[in-house]
Amino acid sequence: MSGVAQEWTERAQREPHAIEVLLAEREFPIVEGSRVTFVYRGPADSVHLRHWIYGLGSSLPYERVEGTDLWTLTMDLPAGSRVEYKIEVVHGGDRRLVQDPFNPHLARDPYGANSVVQGEGYVEPAWAQPDPEARTGEVLERRFRSEVFGDVRSLSIYLPARFRRTRRYPLLFVHDGTDYLRFTGLQAVLDNLIHRLELPPLIAVLVQSNDRLTEYSDDPRNADYLVEELLPLMEDEYPTYGTPAGRCLMGASFGAVASLAAAWRHPGVFGNLFLQSGSFAFTDIGEHDRGPLFDPVVEFVNQFRDAPGKPAERVYMSCGTYESLIYYNRSMQPLLSSTGMDVRYSESRDGHNWENWRDRLREGLTWVFPGPLWMVYE
Amino acid sequence: MILLGPQRLEPTLQSAVDDLDVRGSVATITAGWEEREAEDEELDKHLGGGTRNLALFPRAEQVFQRDASLLGAARQRHDRQRDAAEIYRTRLASALDAARELLRRIEVGEGPLELLEREAEHAIESVRDLDRRHREWMTHLDRAFEEEARIAEHAEVQRHRGEIEQLLGDCGCVCVAGGHVRILFERMRLFGVGKLIRELPIVAWSAGAMALSSTIVLFHDSPPQGAGNAEVFGPGIGLIPGVVPLPHAKRRLALDDRLRVALFARRFGPDLCPALDEGTRLDWDGESWTARAGTLRLEATGTLVEATA
Repeated sequence: MSGVAQEWTERAQREPHAIEVLLAEREFPIVEGSRVTFVYRGPADSVHLRHWIYGLGSSLPYERVEGTDLWTLTMDLPAGSRVEYKIEVVHGGDRRLVQDPFNPHLARDPYGANSVVQGEGYVEPAWAQPDPEARTGEVLERRFRSEVFGDVRSLSIYLPARFRRTRRYPLLFVHDGTDYLRFTGLQAVLDNLIHRLELPPLIAVLVQSNDRLTEYSDDPRNADYLVEELLPLMEDEYPTYGTPAGRCLMGASFGAVASLAAAWRHPGVFGNLFLQSGSFAFTDIGEHDRGPLFDPVVEFVNQFRDAPGKPAERVYMSCGTYESLIYYNRSMQPLLSSTGMDVRYSESRDGHNWENWRDRLREGLTWVFPGPLWMVYE
Repeated sequence: MILLGPQRLEPTLQSAVDDLDVRGSVATITAGWEEREAEDEELDKHLGGGTRNLALFPRAEQVFQRDASLLGAARQRHDRQRDAAEIYRTRLASALDAARELLRRIEVGEGPLELLEREAEHAIESVRDLDRRHREWMTHLDRAFEEEARIAEHAEVQRHRGEIEQLLGDCGCVCVAGGHVRILFERMRLFGVGKLIRELPIVAWSAGAMALSSTIVLFHDSPPQGAGNAEVFGPGIGLIPGVVPLPHAKRRLALDDRLRVALFARRFGPDLCPALDEGTRLDWDGESWTARAGTLRLEATGTLVEATA
């Protein structure tokens, strides 16, 4: 029995309303040093923590506090960690996945929301929250007929505050751009970093695919769409630098694969890559075990490892240490460096999720496009 | 001469200009805004209208467009200055690390105090020496450019200088806004604006205050990339004696970090290092500075105190 469960059991036996008092006086989950205790209350046959930390069993059982309907689970939570989870409650043959009722912290993603526990020392970045002092840019929506894909696509285009046609701007292409807007607050992040002069005013093209698992896994159409359709469109209509150094491809997960693949297929077009938690699965021998969706990804990454060339000049890549992709990303970093590209690699104690990607935006964006911070004092 | 905190959110410029009892027009210098220089409607309105923008940014652009060799010389100066800054930074990083480490040991009492204090003083002197040498070299590069490009005899530059002098003719005050400090400094220096305005009352803020000082110090304690070591950019216009202006100090400096504050103040002392945040103000009467209440300066003890105290 964990220390917390033991303590609560003893207090429950001594004091009639001990559980209510304990629940009222604490914040949950209870983070103490490098340990965390999760608490659930309710009728159940068993309760489990469901999480996505690679290396731990994906379902960890809670213990019942004897004589109560309270359940606890204590586990390691290294400093600086951020873990998303749900609670699985099994009762009377019914199995439900719920958010932690005692924890108000939620992280949203395209599938809904998860509860979040933050380890000691983790701080939600202030630059990711809307800042009333920051001038706000605007996001334009437009429809675009793609000959490459043979359909009409939606685009969002971020223009920075005080956008002027008389000056030139770097151009950032963001895969899963709408998701970045919704789940990382990308617009506020760009506004804030530009306001803080950490990032130069830039134009971002936010693309979204209806079939990302196909189009982002080294589909040549995606690379052609970016290079032969979107790039000319943007550089004809907007004042951009029009040089590789002034262009960056960015994406997370399969979006990172799409970014690297497009740059690899069109070397010398994009000077910068920003790759978050890339799904860079590969094999050294035999078959991979990630399912058929990964077949084209593995094929691409294996080809890339054999002949990487030099797809860009500067690369920022990041990955969470709790992701199953950490091995692949750690392996890619020296390979990318060996091509002569200037590579910055960063790890965080986090998983494969949007808030992890949000938290790395400042470091990554300012690495590929450093702002005039040292020279401008307004 | 009046130095103010940033003006965007809490403008105090109008009241500062009123205090100067200005006779004539107000001239403005907004070259630090670069291609947005002409977008000064808000500033003009705040000052009651009728201001005269010296338009240093487009003047310089025009000069460079018409004289490719001058543009080439200016670019060569930038390249040389960039190389010099890169080497200076390399040396500065280790010199500052040593000074910080010794101050840390003094703070926690780790070692013989007397020896540590003596060595810390030497370590800081080494940093000051690096700063001094770098400033001298940057001054040399500026002068070399001006001599090579024969700025003093350059017809187009001198024509603009004449126009600027004329514009300033019936102005009773000059307001120098912030923005890009290098561009602001270079534009002012190109047209010899320092000499033209030195007898006039001046109100300056942010990069404007920095460009007018004797030495331009760039600073940020927690940039997203790099070490965050304050560095000397080079000489300023030199109209503000004995001050290292620190606009947006609350946002850019770790003011609660005693060691960093102490090192900054000792490194740039005896010059005054004022934290010029919103609402702050320093007035120069020709002999000494007077600070508005709440205007703080960095102290060698690592604390912030009223700038006038």
